Amino acid sequence: MMSADAPLLHFAQVSHAFGAVPVIADLELAVQPGEFVAIVGPSGCGKTTILNLCSGWLTPTDGAVHRRGRSRTVFQHDGLFPWLTVGENVRLGLQHVAEPAARTERAKTWLGLVDLAAFESHYPHQLSGGMRQRCELVRALAGETDLLLMDEPFSSLDYLTRLRLRGELARLLREQPRTVVLVTHDIEEAAQLADRVVVLSERPARVREVVRIDAPRPRDLTQPAVVTAVHHILTALGLEQDEPAESAAASSGHPPRS
Amino acid sequence: MRVPYSSARSVPRSRSSHPLVGLIGPAVIVAIWAGVSALGLFPDSLFPNPSSVARGLAIEAASGRLLKDVLASIFRVGAGFLLAVAIGVPVGLLLGQSRLASAALLPLVNFFRNLSPLAWIPFAILWLGIGDPPAIFLIVMAAVFPVMLSTAAAVAGIPSVYFRVARDLGIGGVRLLTEVTLPAIAPQVITTLRVTAGLAWLVVVAAEMIAGRDGLGFAVWDARNGLRIDLLAAVMVVIGLIGVGLDRLLVQLTRIPSVRWGYER
Repeated sequence: MMSADAPLLHFAQVSHAFGAVPVIADLELAVQPGEFVAIVGPSGCGKTTILNLCSGWLTPTDGAVHRRGRSRTVFQHDGLFPWLTVGENVRLGLQHVAEPAARTERAKTWLGLVDLAAFESHYPHQLSGGMRQRCELVRALAGETDLLLMDEPFSSLDYLTRLRLRGELARLLREQPRTVVLVTHDIEEAAQLADRVVVLSERPARVREVVRIDAPRPRDLTQPAVVTAVHHILTALGLEQDEPAESAAASSGHPPRS
Repeated sequence: MRVPYSSARSVPRSRSSHPLVGLIGPAVIVAIWAGVSALGLFPDSLFPNPSSVARGLAIEAASGRLLKDVLASIFRVGAGFLLAVAIGVPVGLLLGQSRLASAALLPLVNFFRNLSPLAWIPFAILWLGIGDPPAIFLIVMAAVFPVMLSTAAAVAGIPSVYFRVARDLGIGGVRLLTEVTLPAIAPQVITTLRVTAGLAWLVVVAAEMIAGRDGLGFAVWDARNGLRIDLLAAVMVVIGLIGVGLDRLLVQLTRIPSVRWGYER
């Protein structure tokens, strides 16, 4: 899994505090080019802070974040500019394309990839939540950036839409590979999409466990590798016993291990 | 999931009613007015009847005096309002963006906002005499502070995610102002402009009554001095109608596609 290249993103003993409240403690994390890393943890543990450190929006109080290349962030919701149409929003992501005509053409192609070509001149508030997130995803991908940061991008969507967009993201990444850091509280999402899932502790966040999933992407949600990973993640979070679920059910009456 | 919100959901209910329905209220009022005057309960010198008011209106309009007064008032409101926006919006941007500026200036702005602009009338006349300048000054004093405060509140309320997206997309400097801040506050500022234009229209009448030689406010005062209550009522009708027209005009700003989001969600 480790590539010969230097990591695209490297947290070197990073600690961060808001005033007197320590949020992250001694985080050591390297993300290799092309890798998909998911960060999960209890709510309020500092996941979003980690993403803000990744993007450079925040500077750590201690340690250093090394990043190569440009990054784009996909936000939880409402990251699209509501005063611009879907097409104009995506064209903003294509500013590196100098020729306006080429930019419009590329925006069309990108919108086509997520089935939004017909909504190019609609405004975001005229679309459903799922359509808005697809549009935002495409705006971020269109930038041809090295690092894609995702802050619970599907959490405001209903379950089925979430599953569909997850599939769509996996498909887009196969066609347009990127290095991704995904912050989520959705453990299934992390297990289905990521090569590596970093499980954080309660605040101040420390790495509790790193779960590696070697099965090739895209994966199905019910694929054994994904189910096993979900089990590992839940166990690391202390939400499941550290033994297969069947035997846990069979040995009913035993007190659960903490 | 693939279907955008139906247009019926975003269009206000009133749009479906017939445009003439809005005339029911005025028609009822005029009918009651005509009925009361026909009963002769009040002397004609205190309570004009609709037909004499209509006649007075026609004579004033034909003489050209009414048009002159209307144009004088509209010019003052236009000038004062534009000046208030030209001062109020930039200062509001500053107040909304800089904690220091808002801490330093907000008490002052709040003081002047709560000081009735009409209290300035004596100073306006002393400093600026009679005519356009004092009226425009009073309109600015009435309009500039609400514009400032509302712009500041709108700027302070811009979700930070827009600035983060802008940073991601490499939008900075002047582009940040023109492509993010201004469009983000536009819907709220437009609403304030409507309210403030109404305020300016109220103030111009008062200003002209005292510090004018022409304009609709002066026409009100002139009719009162001449005991022409028919003209008094006629001018009042004109003032009200133009006020409504002014608001209808500014409502058009809310139809701009790129600000619709502010009114539809």
